[in-house]
Amino acid sequence: MATKILMPALSPTMEEGTLAKWLVKEGDTVSSGDIMAEIETDKATMEFEAVDEGVIGKILIAEGTEGVKVNTPIAVLVEEGEDVGDVEAEAAPAPKAEAEAEAKSDDKAPAKAKAPEAPKPDQTPDWPEGTEMKSQTVREALRDAMAEEMRGNANVFVMGEEVAEYQGAYKVTQGLLDEFGGKRVIDTPITEHGFAGIGVGAAFGGLRPIVEFMTFNFAMQAIDQIINSAAKTLYMSGGQMGCPIVFRGPNGAAARVGAQHSQDYAAWYSMIPGLKVAMPYSAADAKGLLKSAIRDPNPVIFLENEILYGRSFEVPVMDDFTVPFGKAKIWREGTDVTIVSFGIGMQYALEAADKLAEDGIDAEVIDLRTLRPIDYDTLIASVQKTNRCVTVEEGFPVGSIGNHLSAYIMQNAFDYLDAPVINCTGKDVPMPYAANLEKLALVTTAEVIEAVKQVTYR
Amino acid sequence: MATRKSTAKPNVSADDLKAYYRDMLLIRRFEEKAGQLYGMGLIGGFCHLYIGQEAVVVGLEAAASEGDKRITSYRDHGHMLACGMDPNGVMAELTGREGGYSKGKGGSMHMFSREKHFYGGHGIVGAQVPLGAGLAFADKYLENDRVTFAYFGDGAANQGQVYETFNMAALWKIPVIFVIENNQYAMGTAQKRSTSTEDIHTRGAPFGIPGEIVDGMDVLAVKDAGDKAVAHCRAGKGPYILEVKTYRYRGHSMSDPAKYRTREEVQKMREEKDAIEHVRDLLISGKHATEDDLKAIDKEIKDIVNASADFAKDSPEPDVSELYTDIYATDIPQGAAVEEDA
Repeated sequence: MATKILMPALSPTMEEGTLAKWLVKEGDTVSSGDIMAEIETDKATMEFEAVDEGVIGKILIAEGTEGVKVNTPIAVLVEEGEDVGDVEAEAAPAPKAEAEAEAKSDDKAPAKAKAPEAPKPDQTPDWPEGTEMKSQTVREALRDAMAEEMRGNANVFVMGEEVAEYQGAYKVTQGLLDEFGGKRVIDTPITEHGFAGIGVGAAFGGLRPIVEFMTFNFAMQAIDQIINSAAKTLYMSGGQMGCPIVFRGPNGAAARVGAQHSQDYAAWYSMIPGLKVAMPYSAADAKGLLKSAIRDPNPVIFLENEILYGRSFEVPVMDDFTVPFGKAKIWREGTDVTIVSFGIGMQYALEAADKLAEDGIDAEVIDLRTLRPIDYDTLIASVQKTNRCVTVEEGFPVGSIGNHLSAYIMQNAFDYLDAPVINCTGKDVPMPYAANLEKLALVTTAEVIEAVKQVTYR
Repeated sequence: MATRKSTAKPNVSADDLKAYYRDMLLIRRFEEKAGQLYGMGLIGGFCHLYIGQEAVVVGLEAAASEGDKRITSYRDHGHMLACGMDPNGVMAELTGREGGYSKGKGGSMHMFSREKHFYGGHGIVGAQVPLGAGLAFADKYLENDRVTFAYFGDGAANQGQVYETFNMAALWKIPVIFVIENNQYAMGTAQKRSTSTEDIHTRGAPFGIPGEIVDGMDVLAVKDAGDKAVAHCRAGKGPYILEVKTYRYRGHSMSDPAKYRTREEVQKMREEKDAIEHVRDLLISGKHATEDDLKAIDKEIKDIVNASADFAKDSPEPDVSELYTDIYATDIPQGAAVEEDA
């Protein structure tokens, strides 16, 4: 049977090319792999090989022809003794079919933005009324969360620098080696890229790794494995290959450790579909969210804070206390302005709210707790009530979580706003070492108060 | 085409030899077809063909047992076919269709099969090496005797994370076989221009990982080396390195004109070292098969490959609703390892 040889596409962007040279002539026998022609693409001159065996029955496009469209028949291959006469040159249907398919999918493109739906915030309490409470540091709460989950699932293990024998660089894993042994509490060499990759592979292989980064600053060495391997593989595998893993550790500025050790990555990781991101403020949330993170079938970025580790909060005494992702917590109800924050930003938000109350401004303070997913409903319901919003975070101002929330509020509650949303963030500078400059670089309670006064026109 | 002289005396059965011939031929014909579909615009983006390197995966799969895992980079079609994945599903993924292994959402470089323990298909050079060690780490943790084949090229052998992985794999005695498919060119850069040492397998020595060179154009030599490496890993002795010297006949990807080497160099390899011709020669000269037997295999392969191309053309594009699926899992996909939860 005669086969038409078509002008090949030889690069991802090639639509037409020049048939520079024929290296075979009519009557020649070719076999698979033989070079038949040289074709100039938009990038280079390529050799074009035969795929099938046969005899060149007819050359349809002469060498030197420019602008030959991809899929145009350029020659006819026949079997030995076969006649070429009955084969006519005609355009291949493939590109047309592709174009049709494209048009068809355009028809199905999502409709234009719908009118925003009324928010349905879930503000059920995190624990039942009357639950016994105890005072615990964030550090202890995180340790308890890991220990409880490790008791419940033998495939949960912790790996990272100094997590075992040293009991944790910040003592978050204190006692875990004693209880669970060296098989499940594993000291790694200082090799973030490598052990993050091993952790992701172990998750593919059926385990539930908790990978501790001594700080998230060092996770930049490993960010390819976090994003390209952990976050994207479920999608790239059509749903086959999930990656249940928790990457956790302190994030953001500590104190006086300079630019390379003081950065908030909340906005970075929150940008990535496939990741979940938690950034707790209180000890109860640290515990409840970390337990949820360890059980989650997806990769979770769990952003802790060194300054908060030693701070004590009330934690419910329950057999199995968890906090769901995507549910914000209203720390303080108010009517005049919504202050929304997360992580250590909550410290400034709550302090500001206390001081504003003295001036007669009644602020509602929302802790997002997780940044992927974000509880938009609680935020929008609050803004619809207060008509004003200030966001607070420690990260850089450009491309911040506050920027995203502002845009979301504008699109979904524009008519409710009585003032522009203001983003309080860290300053647009690398973290300086000098004590006075460091203070200036961080977001402050005074700035939050000032922002609230601006949006309330006081 | 001149056949190469075979000096190796096959210590495998005639059926094994025929199976190697068939499996290598399937890869070659499949890849030629993929190149053709790329030329027709049915496959888009990047497409890295495995032609020339077939003996590497076929030889190592012959050394693997059920439950062993494999992971590689983006030149992955051969690995998938060799471990028994369905040519239809692979080709339909190349064309970005619903019937592909990733429902068309992964493409040539990103395909997976839990069923066949094929863990990708990774687009970032070297990233699959710690991932492979992690898979093997999981097997050691779960206390089974499985091994993982972590394939990478001579180009990836210069990535830092490879050596981070060597260190931990040796330290923790992880049952992983690092297979360096040395096809001598990291895209367009010859090994001698990119790599300070002539032999890459010796780079495991400082970590205490044994390694050896293997003739990657000889499927029997590859299988023998694979058997040895597998035995080492299964015995709990930790990782092993195989530097398999091979050669890619085609460009790095479909859009590579391959001007960094001469046509004569490629032609010499094809004529003197071709792995498929080698087995063909063993089969005929050893009177294990007749020309007609081999023609029947050729015909079978041609039919399979043509059917895969038809399937890949006929399979519809994924439904537009697929844009927003598989971003988050609601439950853990059940894999073999998960079933064995302690």
